[in-house]
Amino acid sequence: MLQVANLNAWYGASHVLQDVSIEVAKGEIVCLIGRNGAGKTTTLKSIMGLMDRTRGSVIFKGKELLNLPAHLRFALGLAYVPEERRIVQGLSVRENLRLGLVASPEKRHELQLIEDTAKIFPRLAERLDQEAVTMSGGEQQMLAIARAVIAKPDLIMLDEPSEGIMPVLVDEMFELFLAMKAQGTTVLLVEQNVELALEIADRAYVMDQGAVVHQSSARELLADDEVKERYCSV
Amino acid sequence: MAGLSLDLIALQLFAGLALGAIYVLFAIGLSLIFGMLTVVNFAHGAFYMVGAYAGLYILMLGGNFWICLLAVPLAVGLFGMLVERFLIRRLYGRGIDYPLLLTFGLSYVMVELVRLAFGKTGYPFDTPDLLQGAVNIGVGYFPLYRLFVIGATAAVLLGLWLFLEKTSFGLIIRAGARDPQIVRVLGVDISNVWLIVFGIGTAIAGFAGLLAAPLQGVIPEMGSTILAEAFVVTVVGGMGSIGGAVLAGLLVGIVVSMSSLFAPEMAKVSIFALMAIVLIVRPQGFFGRAGLMS
Ligand SMILES: Nc1ncnc2c1ncn2[C@@H]1O[C@H](COP(=O)(O)OP(=O)(O)O)[C@@H](O)[C@H]1O
Ligand SMILES: [Mg+2]
Repeated sequence: MLQVANLNAWYGASHVLQDVSIEVAKGEIVCLIGRNGAGKTTTLKSIMGLMDRTRGSVIFKGKELLNLPAHLRFALGLAYVPEERRIVQGLSVRENLRLGLVASPEKRHELQLIEDTAKIFPRLAERLDQEAVTMSGGEQQMLAIARAVIAKPDLIMLDEPSEGIMPVLVDEMFELFLAMKAQGTTVLLVEQNVELALEIADRAYVMDQGAVVHQSSARELLADDEVKERYCSV
Repeated sequence: MAGLSLDLIALQLFAGLALGAIYVLFAIGLSLIFGMLTVVNFAHGAFYMVGAYAGLYILMLGGNFWICLLAVPLAVGLFGMLVERFLIRRLYGRGIDYPLLLTFGLSYVMVELVRLAFGKTGYPFDTPDLLQGAVNIGVGYFPLYRLFVIGATAAVLLGLWLFLEKTSFGLIIRAGARDPQIVRVLGVDISNVWLIVFGIGTAIAGFAGLLAAPLQGVIPEMGSTILAEAFVVTVVGGMGSIGGAVLAGLLVGIVVSMSSLFAPEMAKVSIFALMAIVLIVRPQGFFGRAGLMS
């Protein structure tokens, strides 16, 4: 589904990604881990088309994305939930969900889709007309995810969704990822919450200093204390 | 001060509302553009002036005022979109000063071109026949055309409100003004949104210029006067806030109108005094977000 090969990215003159290669097969949950500053966010931003300067190759569903603007990558079925939630101030929960559909051909079924989504995210269903930023951090994160999946993307990339969220909600969220996987959505997950992430993931990549330094099945990595110690401890 | 009755004050209040209505229209376009594109459009006054001259030109060709009401905002908005597409767009991402300087320069070019085409002196602009005369509004007779200006402004505001609150495109604008990147990753081509917002903002400026023309005639410099006054409106209302622009626009209109009744020599200065007071008490304006410019 997604083949990233020799991806390089720059912030101005600083070269932060060096030949990153990652593959995600249809229906998988793939986890991307590593210390702060390892380049995980930059990798997701490059795949989504939010970096000014990139080189290499990003192939999604057989199409080269590298020179496409972000909105056209969305149109191909790629969704992205950035770090820090980014719930839009001044909009209600319902409006945030509608925003997830404005550019989608699914917009015709807006009412139905909002209803469907409310079933998957019961916490949001109770609060559809509430201003979104008045919800708790965890609920806002749920909304950010709901907003990204309401248009039924093929692959969703999430950047540290459990950051700063109550443990109960984190569990709920990770179960949701499994449910999304069961429905055929592919997931590329960046997480600091390594143990939990590896429990639901199929495979994992470990990044350090802008490069992939390790890859294995999630189960193997879960047992590999040395690698976890070396690249993931703070 | 002898004949200063309550009725006269009430009438003057209405006159202030009509004047304020023009400020409101001018300032909401300015606010919409700033809120969305972070462009301080120094050519906004020039678009306003072009609106008045476009109306004049349509009348010269034999058209009537009602055609102007439709054609002027369309033409000025299209012109605005060309300016965004081919000039301003090149400067995004380079800081707030580049588009500011560009639009500043552009306004001089536009004024000069109008001077070349229509001459340096102004023209009177006839009030449409249907809107001549005055009507009794309870406190006395009030010019019908000014009532029309208030009504037309209310209609534009209502239309804009419905557009922003009830349509998908309005939702995109509201969200995009706060977080353009989120809107992009949800599949929206944000550069198209900017183009259309600039078009809407300038169309409303042109419409305001047209509405103002029968009140004060048209001259090439009419835009620079209102730009200075609208600057006060935006500071008082809060940069980038549409609600603020509406409230502050009406307030400034009323202050100008009232001070010209009580202290005519103070009329021009009074609004700057108002601005100074607001800046001291509430630096971000009525509805402004603090630290927007930093
Ligand atoms: N906007 C930016 N400008 C310049 N450098 C940045 C920017 N964002 C991140 N970096 C640098 O790029 C590197 C990778 O960062 P990032 O992708 O955010 O890492 P992670 O998400 O793994 O914590 C870090 O060294 C970071 O300092
Ligand atoms: Mg990060």
